[in-house]
Amino acid sequence: MSLALSLSRPATPRVPRWRADWRAARRFVSPLVLVAAWQVGSMLGWISPRTLAAPSTILATAWGLAASGELGTNMAVSLGRVLSGLAIGVTTGTLLAIAAGLSRRGEEVVDAPMQALRTLPFLGLVPLFILWLGIGEAPKIALVALGTTFPVYLNLFAGIRGADRKLVEAGRVFGLDRRALVRHVVLPAALPSALVGLRYALGVAWLSLVVAEQINANAGIGYMINDARDFLRTDIIVVGLLVYALLGLGADALVRALERRALAWRPSLVEG
Amino acid sequence: MAPMEVPVEVRGLTRRFASHTVLDGLDLTLAPGEFVALLGRSGSGKSTLLRTLAGLDPVPAEATVRLPAPVAMAFQEPRLLPWQPVWRNVALGLEGPDIRTRVQAALREVGLERHENAWPLTLSGGEAQRAALARALVRAPRLLLLDEPFAALDALTRMRMHALVIDLWRAHAPTTLLVTHDVDEAVLLADRALVLAHGRIVADIPIPLPRPRRHADPGFAALRARLLAELGVPQAEAA
Repeated sequence: MSLALSLSRPATPRVPRWRADWRAARRFVSPLVLVAAWQVGSMLGWISPRTLAAPSTILATAWGLAASGELGTNMAVSLGRVLSGLAIGVTTGTLLAIAAGLSRRGEEVVDAPMQALRTLPFLGLVPLFILWLGIGEAPKIALVALGTTFPVYLNLFAGIRGADRKLVEAGRVFGLDRRALVRHVVLPAALPSALVGLRYALGVAWLSLVVAEQINANAGIGYMINDARDFLRTDIIVVGLLVYALLGLGADALVRALERRALAWRPSLVEG
Repeated sequence: MAPMEVPVEVRGLTRRFASHTVLDGLDLTLAPGEFVALLGRSGSGKSTLLRTLAGLDPVPAEATVRLPAPVAMAFQEPRLLPWQPVWRNVALGLEGPDIRTRVQAALREVGLERHENAWPLTLSGGEAQRAALARALVRAPRLLLLDEPFAALDALTRMRMHALVIDLWRAHAPTTLLVTHDVDEAVLLADRALVLAHGRIVADIPIPLPRPRRHADPGFAALRARLLAELGVPQAEAA
Protein backbone atom coordinates (compact mmCIF):
# COMPACT_ATOMS: atom_id res chain seq x y z
CA MET A 1 0.00 0.00 0.00
CA SER A 2 2.56 2.51 1.11
CA LEU A 3 4.83 1.37 -1.72
CA ALA A 4 2.06 1.94 -4.27
CA LEU A 5 1.43 5.39 -2.86
CA SER A 6 5.04 6.45 -3.02
CA LEU A 7 5.28 5.17 -6.59
CA SER A 8 2.23 7.04 -7.79
CA ARG A 9 3.44 10.30 -6.34
CA PRO A 10 5.00 12.64 -8.94
CA ALA A 11 8.79 12.75 -8.88
CA THR A 12 8.91 16.39 -7.82
CA PRO A 13 6.24 17.27 -5.26
CA ARG A 14 4.11 20.11 -6.53
CA VAL A 15 4.59 23.34 -4.56
CA PRO A 16 1.31 24.74 -3.21
CA ARG A 17 0.31 28.02 -4.75
CA TRP A 18 0.49 30.09 -1.55
CA ARG A 19 3.99 28.82 -1.00
CA ALA A 20 5.13 29.79 -4.50
CA ASP A 21 3.64 33.25 -4.00
CA TRP A 22 5.42 33.54 -0.68
CA ARG A 23 8.71 32.57 -2.32
CA ALA A 24 8.27 35.31 -4.92
CA ALA A 25 7.26 37.86 -2.29
CA ARG A 26 10.11 36.98 0.08
CA ARG A 27 12.61 38.97 -2.00
CA PHE A 28 10.78 42.18 -1.15
CA VAL A 29 10.76 41.59 2.59
CA SER A 30 14.22 42.88 3.46
CA PRO A 31 13.98 46.15 1.46
CA LEU A 32 10.59 46.81 3.06
CA VAL A 33 12.01 46.15 6.53
CA LEU A 34 14.87 48.57 5.81
CA VAL A 35 12.47 51.30 4.67
CA ALA A 36 10.30 50.68 7.74
CA ALA A 37 13.35 50.95 10.02
CA TRP A 38 14.35 54.17 8.25
CA GLN A 39 10.84 55.57 8.79
CA VAL A 40 10.80 54.58 12.46
CA GLY A 41 14.32 55.96 12.94
CA SER A 42 13.26 59.30 11.45
CA MET A 43 10.12 59.46 13.57
CA LEU A 44 12.07 58.76 16.74
CA GLY A 45 14.56 61.48 15.82
CA TRP A 46 17.51 59.08 15.41
CA ILE A 47 17.95 60.22 11.79
CA SER A 48 18.05 63.99 11.44
CA PRO A 49 16.15 65.37 8.40
CA ARG A 50 19.38 67.20 7.51
CA THR A 51 21.09 63.84 7.10
CA LEU A 52 18.22 62.07 5.41
CA ALA A 53 14.53 62.93 5.26
CA ALA A 54 11.95 60.34 6.31
CA PRO A 55 10.41 58.14 3.59
CA SER A 56 7.01 59.68 4.31
CA THR A 57 8.41 63.20 3.86
CA ILE A 58 10.07 62.15 0.61
CA LEU A 59 6.80 60.75 -0.71
CA ALA A 60 4.94 63.92 0.23
CA THR A 61 7.64 66.07 -1.38
CA ALA A 62 7.56 63.96 -4.55
CA TRP A 63 3.79 64.40 -4.70
CA GLY A 64 4.10 68.14 -4.14
CA LEU A 65 6.83 68.56 -6.79
CA ALA A 66 4.81 66.54 -9.26
CA ALA A 67 1.61 68.47 -8.55
CA SER A 68 3.31 71.86 -8.92
CA GLY A 69 4.73 70.81 -12.27
CA GLU A 70 8.28 71.52 -11.10
CA LEU A 71 9.27 67.85 -11.32
CA GLY A 72 7.77 67.47 -14.77
CA THR A 73 9.53 70.54 -16.15
CA ASN A 74 12.90 69.53 -14.76
CA MET A 75 12.47 65.95 -15.95
CA ALA A 76 11.66 67.20 -19.45
CA VAL A 77 14.84 69.31 -19.47
CA SER A 78 16.99 66.37 -18.30
CA LEU A 79 15.36 63.97 -20.75
CA GLY A 80 15.93 66.45 -23.55
CA ARG A 81 19.65 66.61 -22.73
CA VAL A 82 19.96 62.82 -22.60
CA LEU A 83 18.04 62.31 -25.83
CA SER A 84 20.03 64.96 -27.74
CA GLY A 85 23.32 63.57 -26.43
CA LEU A 86 22.28 59.98 -27.17
CA ALA A 87 21.13 60.85 -30.66
CA ILE A 88 24.52 62.41 -31.44
CA GLY A 89 26.53 59.70 -29.66
CA VAL A 90 24.66 56.72 -31.09
CA THR A 91 24.76 58.14 -34.61
CA THR A 92 28.48 58.92 -34.39
CA GLY A 93 29.32 55.53 -32.84
CA THR A 94 27.27 53.67 -35.42
CA LEU A 95 28.77 55.50 -38.41
CA LEU A 96 32.32 55.09 -37.12
CA ALA A 97 31.80 51.39 -36.35
CA ILE A 98 30.37 50.73 -39.81
CA ALA A 99 33.26 52.57 -41.44
CA ALA A 100 35.85 50.72 -39.36
CA GLY A 101 34.06 47.38 -39.44
CA LEU A 102 33.47 47.10 -43.16
CA SER A 103 36.80 48.26 -44.56
CA ARG A 104 40.47 47.81 -43.77
CA ARG A 105 41.21 51.43 -44.53
CA GLY A 106 38.32 52.55 -42.35
CA GLU A 107 39.73 50.48 -39.51
CA GLU A 108 43.19 52.01 -39.94
CA VAL A 109 41.80 55.53 -39.87
CA VAL A 110 39.13 55.15 -37.21
CA ASP A 111 40.00 52.36 -34.83
CA ALA A 112 43.36 53.48 -33.47
CA PRO A 113 42.19 56.95 -32.35
CA MET A 114 38.97 55.48 -30.96
CA GLN A 115 40.88 52.90 -28.93
CA ALA A 116 43.19 55.63 -27.63
CA LEU A 117 40.36 58.04 -26.75
CA ARG A 118 38.39 55.26 -25.12
CA THR A 119 41.01 54.97 -22.39
CA LEU A 120 40.46 58.61 -21.39
CA PRO A 121 38.13 58.94 -18.42
CA PHE A 122 35.70 61.09 -20.40
CA LEU A 123 34.11 62.63 -17.30
CA GLY A 124 37.51 64.20 -16.67
CA LEU A 125 37.01 66.25 -19.81
CA VAL A 126 34.44 68.48 -18.10
CA PRO A 127 36.89 71.38 -17.49
CA LEU A 128 37.97 71.33 -21.15
CA PHE A 129 34.38 71.20 -22.32
CA ILE A 130 33.53 74.22 -20.18
CA LEU A 131 36.46 76.11 -21.68
CA TRP A 132 35.47 75.14 -25.21
CA LEU A 133 31.70 75.24 -25.02
CA GLY A 134 30.85 77.51 -22.09
CA ILE A 135 28.38 76.61 -19.37
CA GLY A 136 25.14 76.39 -21.34
CA GLU A 137 23.48 73.31 -22.81
CA ALA A 138 26.33 72.53 -25.22
CA PRO A 139 28.87 71.02 -22.76
CA LYS A 140 26.13 68.94 -21.11
CA ILE A 141 24.92 67.44 -24.38
CA ALA A 142 28.51 67.02 -25.59
CA LEU A 143 29.42 65.06 -22.47
CA VAL A 144 26.50 62.66 -22.95
CA ALA A 145 27.31 62.36 -26.66
CA LEU A 146 30.97 61.59 -26.01
CA GLY A 147 30.21 59.06 -23.30
CA THR A 148 27.70 57.15 -25.42
CA THR A 149 29.78 57.09 -28.62
CA PHE A 150 32.29 54.56 -27.28
CA PRO A 151 30.05 51.70 -26.09
CA VAL A 152 28.07 51.89 -29.34
CA TYR A 153 31.24 51.98 -31.42
CA LEU A 154 33.07 49.19 -29.60
CA ASN A 155 30.18 46.75 -29.53
CA LEU A 156 28.99 47.33 -33.08
CA PHE A 157 32.56 47.11 -34.42
CA ALA A 158 33.10 43.82 -32.58
CA GLY A 159 29.72 42.57 -33.82
CA ILE A 160 30.52 43.37 -37.44
CA ARG A 161 33.92 41.71 -37.21
CA GLY A 162 32.41 38.72 -35.43
CA ALA A 163 29.91 38.01 -38.22
CA ASP A 164 30.11 34.32 -39.15
CA ARG A 165 32.39 33.97 -42.19
CA LYS A 166 30.59 30.80 -43.20
CA LEU A 167 27.30 32.67 -43.53
CA VAL A 168 29.04 35.35 -45.58
CA GLU A 169 30.41 32.63 -47.87
CA ALA A 170 26.99 31.05 -48.23
CA GLY A 171 25.61 34.46 -49.17
CA ARG A 172 28.30 34.85 -51.81
CA VAL A 173 27.55 31.42 -53.30
CA PHE A 174 23.90 32.41 -53.59
CA GLY A 175 24.73 35.53 -55.51
CA LEU A 176 24.60 38.32 -52.92
CA ASP A 177 26.75 41.30 -53.84
CA ARG A 178 28.67 43.29 -51.25
CA ARG A 179 25.77 45.58 -50.44
CA ALA A 180 23.34 42.72 -50.03
CA LEU A 181 25.86 40.81 -47.89
CA VAL A 182 26.19 43.78 -45.55
CA ARG A 183 22.44 44.23 -45.38
CA HIS A 184 21.31 40.62 -45.04
CA VAL A 185 24.26 38.96 -43.33
CA VAL A 186 26.78 41.26 -41.64
CA LEU A 187 24.55 43.88 -40.02
CA PRO A 188 21.91 41.43 -38.73
CA ALA A 189 24.76 39.35 -37.30
CA ALA A 190 26.06 42.43 -35.51
CA LEU A 191 22.66 43.48 -34.16
CA PRO A 192 22.75 41.54 -30.86
CA SER A 193 26.03 43.10 -29.82
CA ALA A 194 24.93 46.51 -31.13
CA LEU A 195 21.97 46.31 -28.78
CA VAL A 196 24.25 45.43 -25.89
CA GLY A 197 26.21 48.55 -26.82
CA LEU A 198 23.01 50.58 -26.80
CA ARG A 199 22.08 49.36 -23.33
CA TYR A 200 25.55 50.24 -22.11
CA ALA A 201 25.27 53.64 -23.78
CA LEU A 202 22.01 54.35 -21.96
CA GLY A 203 23.66 53.62 -18.62
CA VAL A 204 26.56 55.89 -19.49
CA ALA A 205 24.14 58.56 -20.69
CA TRP A 206 22.48 58.88 -17.27
CA LEU A 207 25.83 58.88 -15.53
CA SER A 208 27.09 61.63 -17.84
CA LEU A 209 23.89 63.57 -17.27
CA VAL A 210 24.34 63.51 -13.49
CA VAL A 211 27.87 64.85 -13.85
CA ALA A 212 26.95 67.33 -16.61
CA GLU A 213 24.08 68.76 -14.59
CA GLN A 214 26.48 69.73 -11.83
CA ILE A 215 27.83 72.32 -14.28
CA ASN A 216 25.97 75.53 -13.55
CA ALA A 217 22.54 74.27 -14.58
CA ASN A 218 19.42 76.37 -14.14
CA ALA A 219 16.96 73.63 -14.98
CA GLY A 220 16.88 69.85 -14.91
CA ILE A 221 16.89 67.19 -12.22
CA GLY A 222 20.53 67.96 -11.42
CA TYR A 223 19.69 71.62 -10.94
CA MET A 224 16.81 70.63 -8.66
CA ILE A 225 19.20 68.52 -6.56
CA ASN A 226 21.90 71.21 -6.35
CA ASP A 227 19.34 73.82 -5.45
CA ALA A 228 17.96 71.56 -2.72
CA ARG A 229 21.46 71.07 -1.32
CA ASP A 230 21.75 74.83 -0.72
CA PHE A 231 18.57 74.67 1.36
CA LEU A 232 19.47 71.40 3.13
CA ARG A 233 16.41 69.75 1.56
CA THR A 234 17.48 66.08 1.65
CA ASP A 235 13.93 65.07 0.70
CA ILE A 236 14.19 66.84 -2.66
CA ILE A 237 17.66 65.38 -3.22
CA VAL A 238 16.34 61.85 -2.70
CA VAL A 239 13.37 62.52 -4.98
CA GLY A 240 15.83 63.65 -7.68
CA LEU A 241 17.94 60.52 -7.22
CA LEU A 242 14.84 58.34 -7.42
CA VAL A 243 13.81 60.06 -10.65
CA TYR A 244 17.28 59.42 -12.11
CA ALA A 245 16.94 55.76 -11.14
CA LEU A 246 13.44 55.42 -12.56
CA LEU A 247 14.42 57.07 -15.85
CA GLY A 248 17.39 54.71 -16.11
CA LEU A 249 15.22 51.68 -15.43
CA GLY A 250 12.67 52.84 -17.98
CA ALA A 251 15.31 53.28 -20.64
CA ASP A 252 16.68 49.81 -19.95
CA ALA A 253 13.21 48.28 -20.20
CA LEU A 254 12.76 50.06 -23.51
CA VAL A 255 15.93 48.54 -25.00
CA ARG A 256 14.98 45.12 -23.69
CA ALA A 257 11.59 45.39 -25.38
CA LEU A 258 13.44 46.40 -28.54
CA GLU A 259 15.68 43.33 -28.17
CA ARG A 260 12.70 41.03 -27.80
CA ARG A 261 11.28 42.32 -31.05
CA ALA A 262 14.50 42.56 -33.07
CA LEU A 263 16.02 39.29 -31.81
CA ALA A 264 12.86 37.20 -31.93
CA TRP A 265 14.79 34.58 -33.89
CA ARG A 266 17.06 33.65 -30.97
CA PRO A 267 16.28 30.25 -29.49
CA SER A 268 16.01 31.43 -25.88
CA LEU A 269 13.32 33.85 -26.96
CA VAL A 270 11.78 31.55 -29.53
CA GLU A 271 11.11 28.81 -26.98
CA GLY A 272 10.05 31.10 -24.17
CA MET B 1 16.99 17.37 -70.45
CA ALA B 2 17.56 20.90 -71.72
CA PRO B 3 19.29 21.16 -75.09
CA MET B 4 23.05 21.77 -75.25
CA GLU B 5 23.84 20.86 -71.66
CA VAL B 6 27.32 22.00 -70.71
CA PRO B 7 29.72 19.55 -69.06
CA VAL B 8 32.01 20.50 -66.18
CA GLU B 9 35.57 20.83 -67.45
CA VAL B 10 38.55 21.66 -65.30
CA ARG B 11 42.03 21.64 -66.79
CA GLY B 12 45.34 22.24 -65.05
CA LEU B 13 43.96 23.64 -61.78
CA THR B 14 46.79 24.36 -59.37
CA ARG B 15 46.32 25.94 -55.96
CA ARG B 16 49.18 26.68 -53.59
CA PHE B 17 48.99 28.04 -50.07
CA ALA B 18 52.39 29.33 -48.97
CA SER B 19 54.75 26.50 -49.93
CA HIS B 20 52.06 23.83 -49.73
CA THR B 21 50.54 22.62 -53.02
CA VAL B 22 46.92 21.61 -52.47
CA LEU B 23 45.81 21.10 -56.07
CA ASP B 24 48.50 20.16 -58.57
CA GLY B 25 47.39 20.52 -62.20
CA LEU B 26 44.04 18.86 -61.52
CA ASP B 27 41.87 17.75 -64.45
CA LEU B 28 38.18 16.96 -63.97
CA THR B 29 35.35 16.23 -66.38
CA LEU B 30 31.72 15.66 -65.39
CA ALA B 31 29.10 14.77 -67.99
CA PRO B 32 25.81 16.72 -67.89
CA GLY B 33 23.43 15.23 -65.33
CA GLU B 34 26.05 12.91 -63.89
CA PHE B 35 26.19 12.19 -60.13
CA VAL B 36 29.83 12.01 -59.05
CA ALA B 37 31.25 11.41 -55.60
CA LEU B 38 34.60 12.95 -54.72
CA LEU B 39 36.52 11.08 -52.04
CA GLY B 40 39.79 11.91 -50.38
CA ARG B 41 41.51 12.00 -47.04
CA SER B 42 41.17 15.19 -45.08
CA GLY B 43 43.53 17.82 -46.41
CA SER B 44 43.53 16.25 -49.87
CA GLY B 45 42.08 19.41 -51.42
CA LYS B 46 38.43 18.35 -51.81
CA SER B 47 37.15 21.53 -50.24
CA THR B 48 39.57 23.71 -52.19
CA LEU B 49 38.33 22.19 -55.46
CA LEU B 50 34.72 22.72 -54.44
CA ARG B 51 35.37 26.33 -53.38
CA THR B 52 36.87 27.04 -56.80
CA LEU B 53 33.87 25.49 -58.56
CA ALA B 54 31.51 27.49 -56.32
CA GLY B 55 33.27 30.72 -57.26
CA LEU B 56 34.46 31.36 -53.70
CA ASP B 57 38.12 31.15 -54.72
CA PRO B 58 39.44 32.80 -57.90
CA VAL B 59 40.41 30.62 -60.86
CA PRO B 60 44.18 30.91 -61.47
CA ALA B 61 45.07 32.40 -64.86
CA GLU B 62 46.76 29.27 -66.21
CA ALA B 63 43.81 26.98 -65.41
CA THR B 64 40.66 26.41 -67.48
CA VAL B 65 37.34 25.99 -65.68
CA ARG B 66 34.12 25.64 -67.67
CA LEU B 67 30.92 25.18 -65.73
CA PRO B 68 27.22 24.95 -66.48
CA ALA B 69 25.11 27.65 -64.83
CA PRO B 70 23.54 28.24 -62.42
CA VAL B 71 25.68 26.64 -59.72
CA ALA B 72 24.20 25.95 -56.28
CA MET B 73 25.76 24.49 -53.18
CA ALA B 74 24.91 22.85 -49.88
CA PHE B 75 27.48 22.86 -47.11
CA GLN B 76 28.30 20.53 -44.25
CA GLU B 77 26.43 22.89 -41.94
CA PRO B 78 23.07 24.25 -43.13
CA ARG B 79 24.40 27.85 -43.02
CA LEU B 80 20.92 29.35 -42.81
CA LEU B 81 20.65 32.97 -41.69
CA PRO B 82 19.15 32.57 -38.21
CA TRP B 83 17.47 35.99 -38.34
CA GLN B 84 15.38 35.20 -41.39
CA PRO B 85 12.52 32.70 -41.51
CA VAL B 86 13.02 29.54 -43.55
CA TRP B 87 11.30 30.80 -46.67
CA ARG B 88 13.42 33.97 -46.78
CA ASN B 89 16.54 31.86 -46.47
CA VAL B 90 15.45 29.78 -49.42
CA ALA B 91 14.67 32.99 -51.33
CA LEU B 92 18.10 34.47 -50.54
CA GLY B 93 19.50 36.23 -53.61
CA LEU B 94 16.61 35.12 -55.85
CA GLU B 95 15.35 37.54 -58.45
CA GLY B 96 12.35 37.63 -60.73
CA PRO B 97 8.61 37.18 -60.33
CA ASP B 98 6.65 34.89 -57.98
CA ILE B 99 9.60 34.18 -55.69
CA ARG B 100 7.26 33.07 -52.90
CA THR B 101 5.58 30.47 -55.13
CA ARG B 102 8.94 29.07 -56.26
CA VAL B 103 10.14 28.92 -52.68
CA GLN B 104 6.99 27.10 -51.60
CA ALA B 105 7.42 24.57 -54.39
CA ALA B 106 11.02 23.90 -53.34
CA LEU B 107 10.05 23.54 -49.69
CA ARG B 108 7.28 21.11 -50.66
CA GLU B 109 9.80 19.00 -52.55
CA VAL B 110 11.97 18.60 -49.46
CA GLY B 111 8.93 18.12 -47.21
CA LEU B 112 9.27 21.37 -45.29
CA GLU B 113 6.13 23.17 -46.48
CA ARG B 114 4.83 23.39 -42.91
CA HIS B 115 8.03 25.12 -41.73
CA GLU B 116 7.93 27.94 -44.26
CA ASN B 117 7.72 30.62 -41.57
CA ALA B 118 9.78 28.87 -38.87
CA TRP B 119 12.99 30.37 -37.48
CA PRO B 120 16.00 28.27 -38.59
CA LEU B 121 17.20 27.73 -35.01
CA THR B 122 13.96 25.91 -34.19
CA LEU B 123 14.60 23.27 -36.88
CA SER B 124 16.20 19.90 -36.22
CA GLY B 125 19.54 19.13 -37.91
CA GLY B 126 17.83 17.13 -40.67
CA GLU B 127 15.17 19.79 -41.25
CA ALA B 128 17.78 22.55 -41.44
CA GLN B 129 19.77 20.54 -43.97
CA ARG B 130 16.62 19.97 -46.02
CA ALA B 131 15.99 23.72 -45.97
CA ALA B 132 19.55 24.17 -47.26
CA LEU B 133 18.79 21.68 -50.06
CA ALA B 134 15.62 23.63 -50.92
CA ARG B 135 17.71 26.80 -51.06
CA ALA B 136 20.02 25.13 -53.59
CA LEU B 137 17.18 23.52 -55.52
CA VAL B 138 15.03 26.64 -55.93
CA ARG B 139 17.69 28.08 -58.25
CA ALA B 140 17.20 25.17 -60.70
CA PRO B 141 20.97 24.54 -60.64
CA ARG B 142 22.66 22.77 -63.54
CA LEU B 143 25.63 22.09 -61.26
CA LEU B 144 24.89 21.07 -57.68
CA LEU B 145 27.83 21.04 -55.28
CA LEU B 146 27.37 19.08 -52.06
CA ASP B 147 30.13 19.53 -49.48
CA GLU B 148 29.67 16.64 -47.02
CA PRO B 149 26.09 17.73 -46.40
CA PHE B 150 25.16 14.59 -44.46
CA ALA B 151 28.30 14.24 -42.33
CA ALA B 152 26.83 15.92 -39.26
CA LEU B 153 23.49 14.07 -39.31
CA ASP B 154 22.54 11.00 -37.30
CA ALA B 155 22.46 7.67 -39.15
CA LEU B 156 18.68 7.47 -39.61
CA THR B 157 18.34 11.06 -40.80
CA ARG B 158 21.27 10.49 -43.14
CA MET B 159 19.53 7.51 -44.76
CA ARG B 160 16.42 9.61 -45.36
CA MET B 161 18.52 12.43 -46.78
CA HIS B 162 20.25 10.00 -49.17
CA ALA B 163 16.87 8.96 -50.54
CA LEU B 164 15.75 12.59 -50.81
CA VAL B 165 18.89 13.65 -52.69
CA ILE B 166 18.51 10.83 -55.17
CA ASP B 167 14.83 11.73 -55.71
CA LEU B 168 15.70 15.38 -56.27
CA TRP B 169 18.57 14.49 -58.59
CA ARG B 170 16.30 12.22 -60.64
CA ALA B 171 13.61 14.90 -60.87
CA HIS B 172 15.91 17.77 -61.87
CA ALA B 173 19.00 16.02 -63.26
CA PRO B 174 21.64 18.60 -62.29
CA THR B 175 25.25 17.57 -62.67
CA THR B 176 26.06 16.74 -59.06
CA LEU B 177 29.40 16.65 -57.29
CA LEU B 178 29.21 15.21 -53.79
CA VAL B 179 32.26 15.59 -51.59
CA THR B 180 32.30 12.92 -48.92
CA HIS B 181 34.67 10.90 -46.81
CA ASP B 182 32.12 8.12 -46.48
CA VAL B 183 32.85 5.31 -48.94
CA ASP B 184 29.43 3.72 -48.40
CA GLU B 185 27.71 6.99 -49.21
CA ALA B 186 29.65 7.25 -52.47
CA VAL B 187 28.73 3.71 -53.52
CA LEU B 188 25.07 4.24 -52.52
CA LEU B 189 24.56 7.47 -54.43
CA ALA B 190 27.00 8.12 -57.25
CA ASP B 191 27.41 7.06 -60.89
CA ARG B 192 31.13 7.43 -60.50
CA ALA B 193 33.57 7.91 -57.63
CA LEU B 194 36.74 9.96 -57.90
CA VAL B 195 39.59 9.76 -55.42
CA LEU B 196 41.63 12.89 -54.84
CA ALA B 197 45.19 12.56 -53.55
CA HIS B 198 48.35 14.64 -53.88
CA GLY B 199 46.36 17.37 -55.65
CA ARG B 200 45.11 15.18 -58.51
CA ILE B 201 42.38 12.67 -59.31
CA VAL B 202 44.18 9.36 -58.77
CA ALA B 203 41.25 6.99 -59.30
CA ASP B 204 38.10 7.14 -61.39
CA ILE B 205 35.79 4.26 -60.56
CA PRO B 206 32.40 3.76 -62.24
CA ILE B 207 29.61 2.46 -60.02
CA PRO B 208 27.29 0.56 -62.38
CA LEU B 209 24.87 -0.71 -59.70
CA PRO B 210 21.14 -0.30 -60.37
CA ARG B 211 19.18 2.08 -58.11
CA PRO B 212 17.83 1.95 -55.45
CA ARG B 213 20.95 0.47 -53.93
CA ARG B 214 21.46 -1.44 -50.73
CA HIS B 215 24.54 -2.48 -48.84
CA ALA B 216 23.58 -6.12 -49.46
CA ASP B 217 23.59 -5.74 -53.26
CA PRO B 218 26.06 -7.95 -55.08
CA GLY B 219 29.02 -5.88 -56.16
CA PHE B 220 28.59 -3.33 -53.34
CA ALA B 221 31.26 -4.86 -51.12
CA ALA B 222 33.73 -5.18 -53.98
CA LEU B 223 33.33 -1.51 -54.96
CA ARG B 224 33.60 -0.47 -51.34
CA ALA B 225 36.81 -2.48 -50.92
CA ARG B 226 38.26 -1.00 -54.09
CA LEU B 227 37.55 2.56 -53.01
CA LEU B 228 39.02 1.93 -49.58
CA ALA B 229 42.14 0.51 -51.18
CA GLU B 230 42.44 3.63 -53.36
CA LEU B 231 42.14 5.74 -50.23
CA GLY B 232 44.97 3.74 -48.71
CA VAL B 233 42.92 2.06 -46.00
CA PRO B 234 44.06 -1.55 -45.43
CA GLN B 235 41.16 -4.02 -45.53
CA ALA B 236 41.79 -5.33 -42.03
CA GLU B 237 41.23 -1.81 -40.66
CA ALA B 238 38.17 -1.23 -42.81
CA ALA B 239 36.45 -4.42 -41.68
